[in-house]
Amino acid sequence: MNKIHKQRLYYVSLLIIGLSIATGLILYALKQNMNAFLTPSQLAASTIPRNHRLRLGGMVKRQSIKRDPQGLGVTFVVTDLKSDITVRYTGVLPDLFREGKGVIALGTLTSQGILMAQQILAKHDENYMPKNVSQVMADKTTVNH
Amino acid sequence: MLRLLGETCLFLALAFALLQSVLPLWGYYRCNPYALLAGRPCMLGQFICVLLAYGLLTTAFGINDFSILYVAANSHPSLPLMYRLTAVWGAHEGSILLWIFILNGWSLAFTYFERSYINLPLVLATLGIMSACFLCFLLFTSNPFILAPPYLTGNDLNPLLQDPGFVIHPPMLYTGYVGFAVAFAITQAALLRGTLDTDWARITRHFAMAAWCFLTFGITLGSWWAYRVLGWGGFWFWDPVENASLLPWIAGTALIHVLVLTEKRGVAKSWSALLAIICFALSLLGTFLVRSGVLISAHTFANDPKRGLFLLILLAILLTAALSIYMIRMPKIQTRPPEPFTPISRETGLLANSALLTVAMLTILLGTLYPLIVDALHLGAVSVGAPYFNTVMLPLLFITMTIMGLGPLCAWQTQSARKLWQLVSKNLLLSYASAALLIWYFTGTVDFTAIVSVGLSFWIILSLRGSLRFLKGMSLAHFGFAILIMGIMLSALLSQEREVRIKPGDAVTLGPYQFVFISTKGEVGANYRGIQAAFEVLKQTRHITNLYPEKRIYTVREMVMTKVAIHPAIFRDLYIALGEPLNDNDWSVRIYYKPFIRWIWMGGLLMMLGGILALWQRKTLTSNAAWSAHVT
Repeated sequence: MNKIHKQRLYYVSLLIIGLSIATGLILYALKQNMNAFLTPSQLAASTIPRNHRLRLGGMVKRQSIKRDPQGLGVTFVVTDLKSDITVRYTGVLPDLFREGKGVIALGTLTSQGILMAQQILAKHDENYMPKNVSQVMADKTTVNH
Repeated sequence: MLRLLGETCLFLALAFALLQSVLPLWGYYRCNPYALLAGRPCMLGQFICVLLAYGLLTTAFGINDFSILYVAANSHPSLPLMYRLTAVWGAHEGSILLWIFILNGWSLAFTYFERSYINLPLVLATLGIMSACFLCFLLFTSNPFILAPPYLTGNDLNPLLQDPGFVIHPPMLYTGYVGFAVAFAITQAALLRGTLDTDWARITRHFAMAAWCFLTFGITLGSWWAYRVLGWGGFWFWDPVENASLLPWIAGTALIHVLVLTEKRGVAKSWSALLAIICFALSLLGTFLVRSGVLISAHTFANDPKRGLFLLILLAILLTAALSIYMIRMPKIQTRPPEPFTPISRETGLLANSALLTVAMLTILLGTLYPLIVDALHLGAVSVGAPYFNTVMLPLLFITMTIMGLGPLCAWQTQSARKLWQLVSKNLLLSYASAALLIWYFTGTVDFTAIVSVGLSFWIILSLRGSLRFLKGMSLAHFGFAILIMGIMLSALLSQEREVRIKPGDAVTLGPYQFVFISTKGEVGANYRGIQAAFEVLKQTRHITNLYPEKRIYTVREMVMTKVAIHPAIFRDLYIALGEPLNDNDWSVRIYYKPFIRWIWMGGLLMMLGGILALWQRKTLTSNAAWSAHVT
């Protein structure tokens, strides 16, 4: 085995060690941090375990936003026009959070079927709608017409 | 009028680009020197045409020519002039034109600085092919000079983009992205000619380094913009669009390190060439992700599937062609045998660093593309959260930083382990002890992650203080990285935030500061109206500053925006974002106390400065020798 072969061996072993460490870490981390993205009807139909973090995407139902008289708590309903899920959140809502607009809530489901949200996203685009929600809405509107 | 001229310029540019790509290649195979030399004048012609087209579009924005649809969609008579001129790249069409313009700028720079390089015609041909592809994309799917229906009044620029940070962020980022195209073109030409020599490594390194500096600056600006404009006090969200800019940056960092190795020692040529291809592929992937509409974010303008498909096909063709050339040509290239080295040497350090960076790049790529792949296979919709990236990057970061402290102290070829240990052991002890002491003093807890990362940062700075005399650029860039890491870790550890319901007269205490809400008043701006709140910040009873956060409504798009108020300082930022009015007097307000957050951007700027110095220092070979002599 000459010097060049030895060097190649170094390259390859370095790469293999790096790759195997990384694969282990990735699998560990991916397993822990994947959040399912569901619409209200999918969530209603699914049997997701309690305390499992998920993302709920839909529209804020009209006239469903109720603020607490004290503090920053707020309750509202997320809908895809088929099913409704009540969401509870404490904190400052994003600028584009509005009745009838798209919203994503990240949180866990309680045993009463209420989503306790840790994060609320309203995208900075007035036409924004989560992809699967917009499909559902499109179907719905064609039915209504 | 402007519209027709602009369109004509673009078609002329396309013609020049085709000539620039075809003539030199034909000349190369037919051994025709005239055709080979035709690349340069064609490049100049193309540059002038694109410059004209770009100038015309800017003029159209300047005079608010609403007969052009793109101008009407992104401008408004009330938009201030600065934002009107920069609105050129405020949406999809213009930003692709900017991309092409910058590519032409790089081609010009290359022709100017490397006019005596033997592969010049082939490099220009490769650049011409890319330019032609993007001109086709621009003209046939996203023409910025389309005629508008009459009587449009202008739809205004997206309010999120009306910010000084936005003015230079996209051009800097694009200059970085596109700069890797030059490194790619040089490498392809060298592969075709079979001249993977020192010249190739030197020239590629210079251009990759310049591109890397711009990209570093662009990402730093982007992070600063997100911090000030999005109102969440965060500087990095692991958003797919941010990742798209980080991926070429990481690959580029690996590239400029391996190229040093190739240039000085003749080692790892095929790895350098492959990294140059990967870098550019990732830049293209970034453009695809951001512009195709597969992701939804503030950066995504286009939701036209035709555009995404075009970019995807372009990416596939370019990558297949580049990799085929690489795989066919690489084994046939005769190079002199590389200099041998042992496991403890600077060579190993640089190679290990590039392997780690590649692994980091692949993990981020996986996290970014995973939701898209799952969605494309109809397996449901998932998202990969920030914790994934944080968990995976942390150990990689620690190993990389350890190598950053050791590698530069090693000699080329071989280094005695005992001597190396003598060099580093004291510094290592000192830096960990001081990091642990500082963190315990400030927080009263022992946070493992923070101690390790701050200790490693101290260590890098201590290890490299001697090299500042010899290798200014490298040392500064590494100091910058250490400062960046300290900024990230310490701001994460020490930040405090509160979300409160508050009315004028109330006060909030956060860290050592009291924030007193004084009053609110209405205000009217050029293209918005809003409410401005006044806060007074006190430390004990000492007056620190007054802060005026705002809530604005941009009238044309009826979009609500939070304008945060920040009091910056080297060691801490005070940050107030106004939420929303809850009833007559009450407001929801978000208040942050963010220590060391400014170090993140200072670190980024220092890294860019280091890159510029490294480019400046032409005599790196001699300073390298001096540094090696100093160490051993």
